Amino acid sequence: MKVCVVGCGAIGSLFAAHLAKLEDVEVWAFDVDQDHIDAINANGLRLSGESDVHSYPKATSNPSDIPACEFGIVATKSLHTRAAIESTASVFKDAAVCTVQNGVGNEEIIAEYVPRVIRGTTFPAGHVVEPGHVEQDTGGKTWLGPFEPKPATMAEIELLAERLTESGIETLAMEDSRGAQWTKLIFNAATNPIGALTGLPHGVACDQPAVRKVISGLVAEGVAVADAMGITLDSDPDKLVDHAREVAYHHKASMLQDALARRPTEVAALNGGIVKFGEQTGVPTPLNQAIWALIEGLEHSWTRDD
Amino acid sequence: MKPIKSVCVVGAGAIGSLFAGHLGSQVSARVLVRRQEHEDRLNREGLKVSGKSDLQTPIQASMDPEQLGDVELIIIATKATAVEVAAQRLSGYFPDATVMTVQNGLGCEDVVAQYGDWPIISAITFMSGVRHSDVHVEYELDTETWLGPWAGRGASKEMTQQVAELIKRSGLKAKAFDDVRPAQWSKLVFNSVVNSIGAATNLPHIKDFAKREKAADLGQLVFDMMDEGKRVAAAQGIELYEDPWEMNVKAVSHGQTGDDDYAHVFSMLDDVRSKRLTEVDWLTGAIVREANKLGIPAPIHEALYGLIKGIEHSWQQEDEGRRT
Repeated sequence: MKVCVVGCGAIGSLFAAHLAKLEDVEVWAFDVDQDHIDAINANGLRLSGESDVHSYPKATSNPSDIPACEFGIVATKSLHTRAAIESTASVFKDAAVCTVQNGVGNEEIIAEYVPRVIRGTTFPAGHVVEPGHVEQDTGGKTWLGPFEPKPATMAEIELLAERLTESGIETLAMEDSRGAQWTKLIFNAATNPIGALTGLPHGVACDQPAVRKVISGLVAEGVAVADAMGITLDSDPDKLVDHAREVAYHHKASMLQDALARRPTEVAALNGGIVKFGEQTGVPTPLNQAIWALIEGLEHSWTRDD
Repeated sequence: MKPIKSVCVVGAGAIGSLFAGHLGSQVSARVLVRRQEHEDRLNREGLKVSGKSDLQTPIQASMDPEQLGDVELIIIATKATAVEVAAQRLSGYFPDATVMTVQNGLGCEDVVAQYGDWPIISAITFMSGVRHSDVHVEYELDTETWLGPWAGRGASKEMTQQVAELIKRSGLKAKAFDDVRPAQWSKLVFNSVVNSIGAATNLPHIKDFAKREKAADLGQLVFDMMDEGKRVAAAQGIELYEDPWEMNVKAVSHGQTGDDDYAHVFSMLDDVRSKRLTEVDWLTGAIVREANKLGIPAPIHEALYGLIKGIEHSWQQEDEGRRT
């Protein structure tokens, strides 16, 4: 079985490193970061923290090196989905391609380039320590299900879930994985931009009543949109916010890290996604729209001198 | 009604210095200061006004209100965040004075009223200046100050009129209203929106504030939030003097050069950049409070209020981080 991981940052590396442990799986890691690619090819890919893995996926920044694969796992930032899948589409002519990215809207883009798509959501998080070395910060499950307009077969989804679980990434195959995706989406859209705009770690933000109220307002809009779409959430995102306060009090949201480094954020796939699906279902989402505009404003401020 | 012979300014920043420097040409101008050096320099050198005016005004300054004698008019020109401390210092003094407040936002009159029985004039000012030193202020924008009897324990219309005439005679621009709330609320709605959005995004008043083509355009947020503020004003029975959205469009379209490089840096953005407490409680927070009192929703104001409070709290975090 051949699998190509598209986008080999922190999350992509977790998938590539684990899968490459399996003897009968050939793993290709595609990324545009040549230093990371060279390091993997020279010394293998190493995971530390929550995982302790050292394995040897094949890495490249040139899509024409990669043979035809049965599966793809797209793990780029949602900003780069189109460019990444466009350049690797030839690898996936007869493949089931899974997204494990943040937000919503990635499946729709991937479906323009490949025959079958898997809607995936993953909870583990990590960060790149140095080329060839990723630290896994948190564990958690991964959920896979068909993307209905262009679905992979359940047999394919179950096979991928089985192999991922076997490699150490606990994965569930589901007929409908939207509940997991939207639970994470709503949580991320309500917490990530708040961190980016205020500079506050998650727990500290939760302890400010005026800030916590904004988070709850954002959650409520997301839940209303999910309800209107007929999605049953896995759990109450507002309770997840409290849970994260307990277990990740000092965690700086990834979007805050993006803001500190002045990198473009994933706001369009998070709050922007909730706004777009809200429009489709006739559910008003004024707070998510406000936050989307504020983050885009903040990104614009980085292009100015003052 | 007693004629105004002496005025005491509290808070000699740019606006306070402009009032003292001009009014001193007509009446005895006094300034209540907080620093010995400030007191000494003002007493020795007076106040120089350059720019749109050219004045050199003698000033009587002191850190002790008792030393300033009786005055007929007190002008509190501190930032909203410092009004309470200013009013505390005045408490028990100047029994015959009328107090005029010239802060951004809403609620400063209520604070002052807790510390004395002075009749109060509500004022808002559109003039601006640059404070070059303790003894030199430059008069920049020569726009009007609007004043009216406070809706609570207000000064008389005659007194308000007299203050407006005095300000005009001294070379500044002023206009007296029977009810200044329509003007105050126009400015409040405008400032609550653009200041908080500017502070949250780190953007000065650039053209994007009036651009509303897509859902995520900043101008759309400005528009929606102003709409919320306008509904709160309407629910109070206040008919706005000027439409805040039109004020916004005007402000971004006829800048000095029409160039975004010279966009106005909002005071709240300036505060955030300098990590100073902002006036958000008197602006965005004031609209949230009024909306809650009236039982009408203001979710976008609540969100921006929460974000700015969060930003202010983050500086405390940094301090704690440095200590540990």
